[in-house]
Amino acid sequence: MKALASHRRHPAAIVVLLLLGLMATGGLYSLLAPKPARAAAAVADVTGEGKKLFQANCANCHGLTGLGGVAGPNLGGVGAASVDFQVGTGRMPPAGIGVQAEPRDKLQFTQEQIAAMAAYVATLAPGPAIPGARFTKGDGNIANGNELFKVNCAMCHNFVGSGGALTRGKYAPNLRDVSGKYIYEAMTTGPQSMPVFNDANLTPQEKNDIISYMQEINKDENPGGLSLGNLGPVSEGLFVWIFGLGLMIAAAVWLGAKAA
Amino acid sequence: MNDENMVNDKNTMNDHGTQPAKAQASQSVEELPGHHGRGDIEQSRGRLPERFANPGLPPHVHRLADFDEKAASRAERQVATLFSISMLATLAFLVAYFAIDQETYAFVPGIGQANLSNLVLGLTLGLSLLCIGLGAVHWAKTLMPDIEVAEDRHPQRSSDEARGRAVETVMAGGDASQLARRPLIKYTLGGALGLFALPLVVQVAGGLGPMPKADLSTTFWRKGMRLMRDSSVPTPIKASDVTIGSVFHVMPEGIEKSEHLLEEKGKAAVVLMRLEPNLIKVAKEREWGHEGIVAYSKICTHVGCPVGLYEQQTHHLLCPCHQSTFDVTQDCEVIFGPAKRALPQLKITIDSEGYLVADSPFREAVGPSFWERG
Repeated sequence: MKALASHRRHPAAIVVLLLLGLMATGGLYSLLAPKPARAAAAVADVTGEGKKLFQANCANCHGLTGLGGVAGPNLGGVGAASVDFQVGTGRMPPAGIGVQAEPRDKLQFTQEQIAAMAAYVATLAPGPAIPGARFTKGDGNIANGNELFKVNCAMCHNFVGSGGALTRGKYAPNLRDVSGKYIYEAMTTGPQSMPVFNDANLTPQEKNDIISYMQEINKDENPGGLSLGNLGPVSEGLFVWIFGLGLMIAAAVWLGAKAA
Repeated sequence: MNDENMVNDKNTMNDHGTQPAKAQASQSVEELPGHHGRGDIEQSRGRLPERFANPGLPPHVHRLADFDEKAASRAERQVATLFSISMLATLAFLVAYFAIDQETYAFVPGIGQANLSNLVLGLTLGLSLLCIGLGAVHWAKTLMPDIEVAEDRHPQRSSDEARGRAVETVMAGGDASQLARRPLIKYTLGGALGLFALPLVVQVAGGLGPMPKADLSTTFWRKGMRLMRDSSVPTPIKASDVTIGSVFHVMPEGIEKSEHLLEEKGKAAVVLMRLEPNLIKVAKEREWGHEGIVAYSKICTHVGCPVGLYEQQTHHLLCPCHQSTFDVTQDCEVIFGPAKRALPQLKITIDSEGYLVADSPFREAVGPSFWERG
């Protein structure tokens, strides 16, 4: 004790004392602090968190209760899947006013925050839930997915999912490299101009087949290399007009030029 | 005065033109009466003269290879090199054809992952053909004669003597064959040759296929047929399955057993949607539907593309071919594009089990206009 006391004026004493004090407080807190309640209480907490986030970020358009506002539609019954899709792909909150919300890579919320908002919106009215991995993995029947895609999706999204134009500046987005979960959610919720494909129309297994087909296309190698966007005659025709005709004009000029 | 103008003219010509052009020009100027005064005024104002002189052909310039034997043999070597490259490329093509596996992919800058076999075969074959062409053109441009040659036209009419002889020959042949003397042969030969054209005409006309009869006006749909999902496993659709905002692509029940499947599918395709009933503005559309579920022909009335692009917010059906747009809230009236008529509606109802069925066939012909449609 004497030895310890003799060190009490040592310059390091204050640091050691501070560390000890901090460790003691932290340890005691973790022992004595009230444990977060599990199960029901936890869900209520997430929903409450989601409600706060919603009111801070979405209520401006969708109304304070989420049941429709000045600029945004009623979210009663759109389900957690819709929130997960719209916010998870960066479409919501929209960057500006336009004909349709554009997807963004840089998200405004973390996945936990999105899940909280989804949980809150799901409490407004029953709607489609966020799909599990079972039907979004893409381990389904590719051939069947191809057929279903061509009947139900290809007219807007192009036969390999390159997307296409709709009326008045709206468009069907490119589906390349979109995760299976978001494709599934888009089918069940019908975002923006897209119609709904509910489970009676395309069963979960059939949706999985479509996702499998999309993933198969994504890894499909192009024998010709450059795909020019797989947009059909527009991009391919333009290529031929510029390079094909350019080469022919150059050849004609050379043919007509006199030798030295 | 005139003489002075002449001098002026000649001077300007000397500034611009060559010797023969000057001679020609002054000649033509002299032939024009009253030209000098006006020409002078126009020239003094900087305007274009009334008539340009024919400059004639430029003097022929010989190519380097025409007089320099070294240049000629260099051109020869260049042509031979191009042909040799072509030979090498052809050999490379043959080697690549057997050597490169068809499933091999390789990264090519600017193109990305591409099938190596396709790429190499295309490049070698292209190079081989290109070098033959380049060699031939280079040969023609450097070594083959390049002097201008004038070839005058001559009259195409034969001399009167030759024409007379030709007529005589034909007439003599006619007399010798006794065609004029024996009309029986003349008329039967004409009949035989004329009739021989008929088999050709009959085959071509018959090859156009049977007459369409009522095929263009009718579809596979009959009263009581269920609406089935367009899929390899068609399933009937319950009214409760069609939620608001849904779209179903529909075929009639039993169409897979029809004799001409593709023709029937091409006419019978239907698109089924559900709207809020109060959004529907036309009473007939609401009556022909079922609680806001409406079925319309998917065949565009313009040129028959499938009108499959349904926007559930605006309730517009868009045709991908020529952007004809139909408003589903207004009985699929055309609101944009080249289509002329609204899409025909299929009257639907539900059967005892709650499945959607057709309440009648289409009441009008689906798809684009045709002659007898009126």
